Amino acid sequence: MEFSSRETWTVIHGLVLGTLFLLAFAGGLAGLWSLRPGLMTTEGIKERMGRLYVGAWVMAAAAWAAVITGTWIVYPWYRIKLAPVGENAYAGCADAILPNASCSPRDFLKSNVSGDTEMWHIFGMEWKEHVSWAAPILATAAAFLIAYYGPRLIARPWLRAAVIVMFVAAFAAALVGGAFGAFLNKIAPIV
Amino acid sequence: MITDFDPNRHNDAEVAPELAPLDLAPKPDGPAAAAMIASGLGVFTLGLLTTLAVINGSVKSFLEWFQFDQGVGALAGKSTVAVIAFFVAWLVLYLIWREKDVVLKKAFYISLGLGILGVIGTFPPFFEWFE
Repeated sequence: MEFSSRETWTVIHGLVLGTLFLLAFAGGLAGLWSLRPGLMTTEGIKERMGRLYVGAWVMAAAAWAAVITGTWIVYPWYRIKLAPVGENAYAGCADAILPNASCSPRDFLKSNVSGDTEMWHIFGMEWKEHVSWAAPILATAAAFLIAYYGPRLIARPWLRAAVIVMFVAAFAAALVGGAFGAFLNKIAPIV
Repeated sequence: MITDFDPNRHNDAEVAPELAPLDLAPKPDGPAAAAMIASGLGVFTLGLLTTLAVINGSVKSFLEWFQFDQGVGALAGKSTVAVIAFFVAWLVLYLIWREKDVVLKKAFYISLGLGILGVIGTFPPFFEWFE
């Protein structure tokens, strides 16, 4: 089995960076959650904070890498208009079972040649491509807050909760992108 | 909401005695407030541009200019301008508030409000309403 260049980039964008983001989020959330008074020794705090800093910044970096590769490398392959004929923008998709050299994934979905697929683009892709950009913005701000306050977050429960909200909001934005990305790549894979 | 930095405003070691041996230096809350509000502004800009691109063809054309023939369409401009808004707002607010205390609850709620509006702006049933 061999991956094409496009499939390789799709894997890097969704699977590699997505998994890294997910791992960093899970570790970061567990670390943030346990930053409570009386739970750790001073030595334990030092050890825990080091991992939390790394996790938070890795999550932010993975989010930036995922949206940049997704927008600037993978997305143009998804949306390219390949073979419009006259006023029929989807002529290249006639009788297609999957996207192909004359039918891009977007045209394939919008043409409805393989069932009622238009909504996957209109709702799924349109939301995914936009809201995903909130993930790196929120993850970077959350990582900064974690690095800036460090162990002080233990003594400030309200601030810690605010950081958790930003951290989870970054994850939620990435979840929309990741989930719709996985579904879209099943229905209309980039080939 | 904004006051001069007071090093005695928080006594973290009193709330969590395990922090005392770390001898943590007091820090102003201004830089944190700057990061919070800038992130909300970035997400808000993203949603605003997503909706404006549907309402106004000129805005869409302007946003498409950022794609540099890469085939990204208006998403290039929406994402680039939102990221610039985020970092520029962060830098400006940081420079203004770096030695100040800012009420973080207010900063957070401003950020939350901007973020929610931004996400609504990116939600297809909302922006398609303007088509």
